[in-house]
Amino acid sequence: MVNRVIVGAHYGLRDWLVQRVTAVVMALGSLALGIYLLLHPDMGYDRWTGLFASQPVRAFALLFLLSLFYHAWIGIRDIVMDYVKPAAVRLVIHVVVVLALLLYAIWSVQILWGM
Amino acid sequence: MKFRIYRYNPETDAAPRMQNYELNIESGGKMLLDALVLLKEQDDSLSLRKSCREGVCGSDAMNINGRNGLACITPLSSLKEPVELRPLPGLPVIRDLIVDMTQFFKQYHSIKPYLINNDPPPETERLQSPADREHLNGLYECILCGCCTTACPSFWWNPDKFVGPAGLLQAYRFIADTRDQATSERLDDLEDPYRLFRCHTIMNCVDVCPKELNPTEAIGHIKDLMIKRMV
Repeated sequence: MVNRVIVGAHYGLRDWLVQRVTAVVMALGSLALGIYLLLHPDMGYDRWTGLFASQPVRAFALLFLLSLFYHAWIGIRDIVMDYVKPAAVRLVIHVVVVLALLLYAIWSVQILWGM
Repeated sequence: MKFRIYRYNPETDAAPRMQNYELNIESGGKMLLDALVLLKEQDDSLSLRKSCREGVCGSDAMNINGRNGLACITPLSSLKEPVELRPLPGLPVIRDLIVDMTQFFKQYHSIKPYLINNDPPPETERLQSPADREHLNGLYECILCGCCTTACPSFWWNPDKFVGPAGLLQAYRFIADTRDQATSERLDDLEDPYRLFRCHTIMNCVDVCPKELNPTEAIGHIKDLMIKRMV
């Protein structure tokens, strides 16, 4: 293969935008949880399970976690792009990270609806 | 005044070294370049670029006490001693304070820094309303000294793929120009994870620009236009 500088993969804007949107989702989620914890200082097992028994809470928690995983993917990919130069090594790291995050997403569903 | 200056000749030296200089100079009203010219009289092996000596040509950009700037418009009285001078970071050194700007200009050329207009040229110039012309202020003044781009960590990591703040400021200068007809192609060219989106709004570029321009803002405007085009 010739050694040329290759650019032009057309996903720069999409990923940048997704990273911003997922950040907003996580900020809202953190704020909501923070307020809830302030209002209920006596959080025990019962209250935690009670909170997550509600379907909207579970749905938003899943949205929060999916946002976290997508956000993490773009962040890690950015770091790998800056510091890992051989394309083959970059690809392997990308695949491992994507598979790990996918597993986390499946695991999250199992945790949230398995309680 | 005391100076510590980076000395390196890649053809003969194994490694760069810092050399101490002392100069008898009244700092009031004088610029750093004045001192460098006198130092070169003292030691003519010291190499640097200079030309207009008034902040217009951008030749004497260097790292002054850890900050990129132009020697010719940096007052001596503003500098802490010993004044540490190094070449612009992130570019190959040719000798002492002279760097090889090839990569910088390669990125600049890659954004097609000229008006693209397929209409037949008019008898006189292509006219613009004063309001449209207003948009080019803060963009066209760039002198391509390289202070911003070589202060940018994203350019240090990816000089071959990331356009850098100077190039992106010029990209927006032509995107913002109502006489240019290649806006869409220009946006296409930058909608890539490396060319524009390696910018993480670190804003070193804004901090060091000797002409007080704002590449980060220009990059933000390009992103806004990309979003506007997408939705």
